[in-house]
Order: sequence, then C-alpha cells, then structure tokens
Amino acid sequence: MYQYDQLDQAFVDQRVSEFRDQTRRFLAGELSEDEFKLLRLRNGLYIQRHAPMLRIAIPYGLLASRQLRKLGEIARRYDRSFGHFTTRQNLQLNWPKLEDVPDILEQLATVQMHAIQTSGNCIRNVTADHMAGIAEDEVDDPRPYCEIIRQWANLHPEFTYLPRKFKIAVTGSPADRAASEVHDIGLHLRRDKQGNIGFQVLVGGGLGRTPIIGQVIREFLPLPDLLSYLDAILRVYNRYGRRDNIHKARIKILVKSLGIARFRDQVETEWQAARDIAPGLEASQVERVRSFFQPPAYESLQNIDVAAGREPQFQAWYRYNTRPHRVAGYRAAFVSLKAHGQNPGDMSSGQMEAVAALADRVSFGLIRVTHSQNLLLGDVRQSDLYAVWQELRGLGLAMPNIGTLTDMIACPGLDFCSLANAGTLNVAKQIQEQFDDLDYLYDLGDIEIKMSGCMNACGHHHVGHIGILGVDKHGEEWYQITLGGSVNGFTALGEVIGPSVPQAEVASTIERIVEVYRAEREDGERFIETIRRIGVKPFKEGAYATHSQAA
Amino acid sequence: MRRILRRREVVEDDWRLAGEEGGDDAGSPALILPFAEFRTHIAKWRAYPGRLGVRLSPADAAEDLAEDIQRLSLVAAEFPTPGEGRGYTQGRLLRSRLQFKGELRAVGAAVKQDLLFILARCGFDSFELAAGQKVEEALRALDRYSVAYQPAEPVPSIRQQRYSVAG
Repeated sequence: MYQYDQLDQAFVDQRVSEFRDQTRRFLAGELSEDEFKLLRLRNGLYIQRHAPMLRIAIPYGLLASRQLRKLGEIARRYDRSFGHFTTRQNLQLNWPKLEDVPDILEQLATVQMHAIQTSGNCIRNVTADHMAGIAEDEVDDPRPYCEIIRQWANLHPEFTYLPRKFKIAVTGSPADRAASEVHDIGLHLRRDKQGNIGFQVLVGGGLGRTPIIGQVIREFLPLPDLLSYLDAILRVYNRYGRRDNIHKARIKILVKSLGIARFRDQVETEWQAARDIAPGLEASQVERVRSFFQPPAYESLQNIDVAAGREPQFQAWYRYNTRPHRVAGYRAAFVSLKAHGQNPGDMSSGQMEAVAALADRVSFGLIRVTHSQNLLLGDVRQSDLYAVWQELRGLGLAMPNIGTLTDMIACPGLDFCSLANAGTLNVAKQIQEQFDDLDYLYDLGDIEIKMSGCMNACGHHHVGHIGILGVDKHGEEWYQITLGGSVNGFTALGEVIGPSVPQAEVASTIERIVEVYRAEREDGERFIETIRRIGVKPFKEGAYATHSQAA
Repeated sequence: MRRILRRREVVEDDWRLAGEEGGDDAGSPALILPFAEFRTHIAKWRAYPGRLGVRLSPADAAEDLAEDIQRLSLVAAEFPTPGEGRGYTQGRLLRSRLQFKGELRAVGAAVKQDLLFILARCGFDSFELAAGQKVEEALRALDRYSVAYQPAEPVPSIRQQRYSVAG
C-alpha cells in the first residue's frame, strides 16, 4: 500500500499543529462557535447529539494492520472502545472529547492517517471498490488513482470552501462495488484501443433529498488529464453551484439545471482555458504511486475444495462470506460487522486489534473496508480459510450473512446523529430478530436493505433493494419504505411503496414484502429481478395487506 | 485609516473606497470602485487620472475585467463569510488568465488568519484583516505549511510541491 514520503508526512503533521492551535484558540474564546465549526469540520469533527463525533478517513478503504491496531487503540483510549465504519470508508468515533481531538489526530499521523476533509463543504475522502486489485473482472486497480486524487484534494487552495460537500469514487470493475454512480464524480477505469488507461467520467450523482444518478460527461478521459479535468469540473462548480440554498447546492443540481450538454461545454471550455495552471500528471508520478500497489508475494497454488467434508456452518460461511480471487489458491474473506444483535458497521477495539493480528498472519497485513460496512481480508490462502473462520467466529465476526437481507447498511440514526429524524439501530435489531433463521435468509438470497435516519441518506436508502427512511411524524419515529433501488453496475432509485409505517411494524412489513417475492419468483430469480419483472405493485399490496385488514 | 497586511507588511491603506468620506480630497485619490459602478460608467472611469481599483462581489466574473486589467492597480475580492469560496477562483483567474500583476486584496469579515494560507495560494498578496485579528498571528499563518500538492500560486513558505503544471 501507499507509504507517505517526507512531503506527505510533513503535510499531515502541519495539519495537526494547525488544528491544535485552532482548538486552543476556540477553547480560549478567540474563535467563535461558527468560525471554529468550518475549521473543525474540515478535520472530521462534528458536534453530535451527545458528544463530538470524529470521522477518520480510510482512503479507498485500505488499512495496514498497524493502522487498524492504532484505530482500536484510539477507540479504547479516547472513546468507548468501539468505532463505526461508514458507507464511505470512514471510521466514526462517537464519543471523543473535543479537547482530545488534536491528540487523536497526532496519533493518526504516526501511522499515516488523518481526518482531513471528511466533512464540510470540500472534497471528501475518495472511495473505491473493496475488491480493488483482486477482482477477476477489473480493468485496472483503482487505488493508485485514488491516492493521486487524495493528494490533489488535500487542502486544494481553490476548492476548500465549495458550495457543498463533494464526493468522488473510483472503480475499475463494471460491477461498481463503490456506488460510483451516486457520487458527485464517479470515475470508471477504461482502456482505449491502444490499451492506454483512462476514465469514463460521470458527474452529478448523489442521494440526499434529491437523489440523482450521475451522467456521463466524458466517455474517455486519458490518465494524464485526470487532475486537470477534475480541476475544471470543480472550478465550474465552485463558480456556479448554488450557495443560496443548502438543499440545492450539490453539483447534481447545477448539472440538472444546465443539462449535461451545457455543463459539459462549460467544463470543456474551462479545461482548455486552464491548461496553463492545471496540474499535470506525469508518467513517472503515476508509476511512483502505482509501485506501492503491486500484488503481494503470492505463492504458486492451486484452487482447492476447502468446504468439502467440513461442517455446514463453515460451508455457509464459505459460500456467503468469501469471494473469488484472481490468483489461484486464494480467496477474499469478509469480516462481518453484521452479527445479529449488534449495530451494523460497529467494531470493538478488541476486534480491531484481533483482526489486525489475523491480517498479519493470513493476508499480507492488509485489511479493506467495504462500502457495505464490513471489512475484508483480501488475500487469504484457501488452505487458511478454515482456521480464519474459526478465529473470526471466536471474535463474533463470522456471521454468514454477507449479501443477505441482514447484511444491511445503516447510518447511526437518532441514537447518535443530530440530523436524524428517527432511529435506525432499533429497527436494525428488529430486522435481525425477525430474520434470525439463516435457512430463511438463504432462501431469500441476495437482498440489500439500506436504511437512513433522515433524508440526508447516509444509509443510501434510495439505492437499496429495500430502502428504509426514518421520518418524524408528530414526534414519533416512522419509516418510509422504497423498493427496487440498486447500485453495483445497474443504478436505479427505489420507488416509495406507500404511507410510512410505525417503528414496531418495519420488520413485519419487510417480511410481508419478501413473502410476495417468495410467492412470485421464478426459478433462480433474485429479489431485485422479480421487482424489475413484475413491478412494485404486488409488493405494495402485500406490504399493507394486514394493515388494511386491521383498518 | 484601514490597516492592510500587504506583502507581509502592515500599512495604512492608501486607497479610498468610492463614496468614502474624508481624507485628502485634493486631486484624484487612488479609488476602489464596486464592479457594478465601474462597468456602468466605464467611459468615465477609463478616463480617471488616478490609480484605480475594482472590488468584485462573489458572483462577479473575473474575466469581465479582461479589457481593463492593465488599467487597474488593485482588484479586491470579497469574503463576507468563511464559507463563501468563489473569491478563491476569482484570485486564481486574475493571476493566471488575466495575468494581473497588481495588488490582489482579500476583503470582508471572513478575512482572518485561518484562511490566509489558501488565499495566498490563490494569488492574494494583500489582506484587509477583520477586526480583532492579530498581525503577528496573521503573519505566522501565511507560513503555516511548508509543503503542498497543487501547482497553485507560489508562496515563500512552500519548499516542496508534488504536482506541477503539465509542460
């Protein structure tokens, strides 16, 4: 993985010093709440319902074991010994003390980590496919380009006070495991006829209260033009994005109001005009960064049948929680953060330290953080999988539910977040209880539930096969349900099925919805495919069936 | 008199804002005009014998000064709130696209030490510091970083920069 050089280290160290001084001035009363807010946000620090929340960047989801160990140590020392992994490959600490944050950032800098620009109206942590570098269907590894973008975005002097937040995701695979089409910019790696690397560029995607799927602004952007083109898009946005209304300030609204053709013209014009100031990307620089992402020293192995003769629990884990690897004899193994009875995406300090140690032994000391709020050991020898399963099981991290209905995405909701209208964690628990029978879960197959506690959509509810949105109804927590959303290579927004339901009825409503699927599905048809084939109407009828009878 | 941090020195402002009372009215003082006023009476101002500056609002397009840029000794951009970021682009366009060599001044209530480094990187060399700002701290803030990634306007403190303009 990438290693900081002197420049990178000096930058994060100076950033820590700067924030330490800003925090000191705030506590001394020299900076007002409002002034400090914009500064702390750009260092990942929110003031939440109960306490500050610190969002730590895990650029493109890649962690070295020493970094995960450090996160565990920080969570224990400065928080309540756990952290929450988010859909954008960040780790959130929910209880740090404001005055400790400079020390936390200093600790992070010792392992080449930071919380720079993980919040605020600026370019956020750049995210990628968690299968980067090991997927069988990949054009190229997106991570070197993510790292280059991370650097370009760090304290970009012109784009640190944008109209609104700005998220970039890069994927090298058509399966788009990074949800790139619902990002402000989505970059899809492509090769031209000569084999040169470039990107299909999408712009103007985003969720929130106006969900929009990104549109193609460039079919093929050659790699050397990457940073200059990003500069041009950002400059057009910084100048013309709306600043009068926070709900209309994302780039998606600008793209929508101009239309993609006019927006494209403006960007192209700006791009041509800015050649004299825009950053170039020399081949030597790309090579330097790429050299850090060379495949590890794989052994020469054969694929083996590791499940044969093993107990059914291991077979289930193998089937649901491991994925094929491009190198024979290896597989990728999920560390499930979706055990029933726990908050989706939460991990304790002890678990972090144990997984760091496990990664050192079985996966070249690297851990990946996924968009779906799990971790992944990317390079496990197939012959090690059984031992890995046993160890993960002992840690409570082997729930064999990846890709099933209880592998749901959820934001922290009302329990932590001051923006939320409704809780998500209680609902998640209810769903886990309702669907605790693994055979039933497996029969249902691939179903993605995504849940947000408010319309800011941190839980990506619009693109869940089943989306759950918490709403406030006269002081009570109610939930609106959408069906038919998806990402992963076919992006679609879900359709609201009808009136929202009270908290106690979310799980039973979902059960009625999936029962419609069980009744209607054709052989081998996935839940989302049945919805696409028959439409949401039968599901709608099913969802409210007992409701109308009761009324 | 306003105090200005200009090219790392604190100076009394030798510029008068249009409509501003007092001072020495003899002759043609160095005058800063709102962009709208400058444009509305363009012929008059082109003939103005003294030094001339223009103050851009965040929504103004820096390129609209292209024809007159040689005539201007000062351009000011407004930072009324810390979240208002259009002035950074105005600064970069003035320096690069319009090749403006005169005084580029950041004005407004948000011009405080924590923004100075990125303002300087966008070409600002003069700051009308908000009330209560300490000059010593502001001067230090200009040197807060010794490294940068982007090829923006050069500032003296930066010893190492990662990316440069494609050559």
